[in-house]
Amino acid sequence: MTDFTPTEMMTIAAARELSNDDVCFVGIGAPSAACNVARLTHAPGITLIYESGTVGTKPDVLPLSIGDGELCDTALFTVSVSEMFRYWLQGGRITTGFLGGAQIDRFANLNTTVVGPYDHPKVRLPGGGGAPEIASNCGRIFITMALSKRGFVEKLPFVTSMGHGEGGNTREKLGLKTKGPTRVITDLCILEPDSETKELTVVSIHPGVSRERIVENCAWPIKFAETVIETPAPTETELSVLRDINARTKKAHEGTGPGKEAA
Amino acid sequence: MARIMSLAEAVAENVRDGDTVAMEGFTHLIPYAAGHEVIRQGRKDLFLVRMTPDILYDQLIGVGAARGMKFSWGGNPGVGSLHRFRDAVENQWPRPLEIEEHSHAAMANAYEAGAANLPFAMLRGYIGADLPKVNPNIKSVTCPFTGEVLAAVPAIRPDVTIIHAQRADRKGNVLLEGIVGVQKEAVLAARRSIVTVEEIVDELSPPSPNSVVLPTWAVTAVTHVPGGAFPSYAHGYYPRSNAFYIRWDEIARDRETFTAWIKENVLDARPEDYARHAAKTAAKVA
Repeated sequence: MTDFTPTEMMTIAAARELSNDDVCFVGIGAPSAACNVARLTHAPGITLIYESGTVGTKPDVLPLSIGDGELCDTALFTVSVSEMFRYWLQGGRITTGFLGGAQIDRFANLNTTVVGPYDHPKVRLPGGGGAPEIASNCGRIFITMALSKRGFVEKLPFVTSMGHGEGGNTREKLGLKTKGPTRVITDLCILEPDSETKELTVVSIHPGVSRERIVENCAWPIKFAETVIETPAPTETELSVLRDINARTKKAHEGTGPGKEAA
Repeated sequence: MARIMSLAEAVAENVRDGDTVAMEGFTHLIPYAAGHEVIRQGRKDLFLVRMTPDILYDQLIGVGAARGMKFSWGGNPGVGSLHRFRDAVENQWPRPLEIEEHSHAAMANAYEAGAANLPFAMLRGYIGADLPKVNPNIKSVTCPFTGEVLAAVPAIRPDVTIIHAQRADRKGNVLLEGIVGVQKEAVLAARRSIVTVEEIVDELSPPSPNSVVLPTWAVTAVTHVPGGAFPSYAHGYYPRSNAFYIRWDEIARDRETFTAWIKENVLDARPEDYARHAAKTAAKVA
């Protein structure tokens, strides 16, 4: 077995969650890598949608930004951002949303807005972008984030996008018919919401990771399911596809234009 | 009918102190050259509107040209934070910045409402999210037919919208293609508009799939600024300088390096400088 990094394991485990039939709203960063690895391995028919308006895109390199020209060049079609959010997302045509975030709580609510009070933030983050409506309008949500005490927090200072709210049947009470977050894929393990309480629970642990390490990296007392499996290690094919796309991406981004001149 | 004029004239005639200004572009076709002309002409107290404020708005905020900003995602895409934006929000430098924050879906709908001459937009949005608690401009309406409660936000009606596009003809009809963002909606929602273009041609070529045409009578001013979107990109003309976006993180992190950069590259530079940069980028990639 080839050695792999925790980030590679996370990306590949996330890629495995997707299938050929998915129509997937892709967030930038780790979700983008996972979705494209899925497309280049077991799910060649997957439809990838980026919020810039590109539908059915097949980028050869990972976009640095959600509006890169590569996404438009390789898309089946491209629509305005207004149409993307109105017809395609709100219209209920997207099966899966793939999100990341700065912070998450035990009910898979996400924060990408502020740390500290909203009016006088300690850290001002970029904000929600598409996430508030992606979280409620896609059929289901996958989240991918590295497990750390800074990221997996007891209480969010701000809910940018709702996962399972206060837990239990919060989503139903608010009239939502979509499933919300069904899997959270980290660099150490995979979590799923408990069927009743909706609290995130460890269901799969990546190879070589101890339960203690998971407990130490989560700020709330993390729960483990009755049956916990070991995540299958990345295959040679999965690793080589991921490393190839990362290498192409690095090369492409190094080569796109002068950085020293004025803008 | 759109008037074809120089960038300096277009900005001088159409952008006024205190205006609500939208400079749109969703990664693609961001009107950098025009934004820099606004900085050079010393406009102040602007209320900036944009779904994805990135480096250009970081620059406008950093020089103190903005009193406020309406936005839905403010960052350096794929790179990190906007340091001048953060400095303004976290430390009120160089002046406090009033922020009105929405989601992408709400902003896109609000531009459409502005273009459609409606007072507000509604969407199935913000469910379970905290933004409505901190933004009094996010309210709700009840559907008169089904009773469903929906989110409502005011229409966006900028005093002036500024965009960059690929081509215009000599009458001032404008064509955009590729990722078209919300530029059409933002122009139609505004009282006045400035479009900078890569080329002015005798005839607009047949439009490609997903291209957008803004007719001359819907635009105020058209101005020829080759390379006017650099370091963002113009589909079919030149690629994005990802290297610059990465480098901006260093420049903007520190107040002194930022101020020196603005002086050298914006205040003491001219619109024509953009053509040179864009040509260099294109040559490197070819």
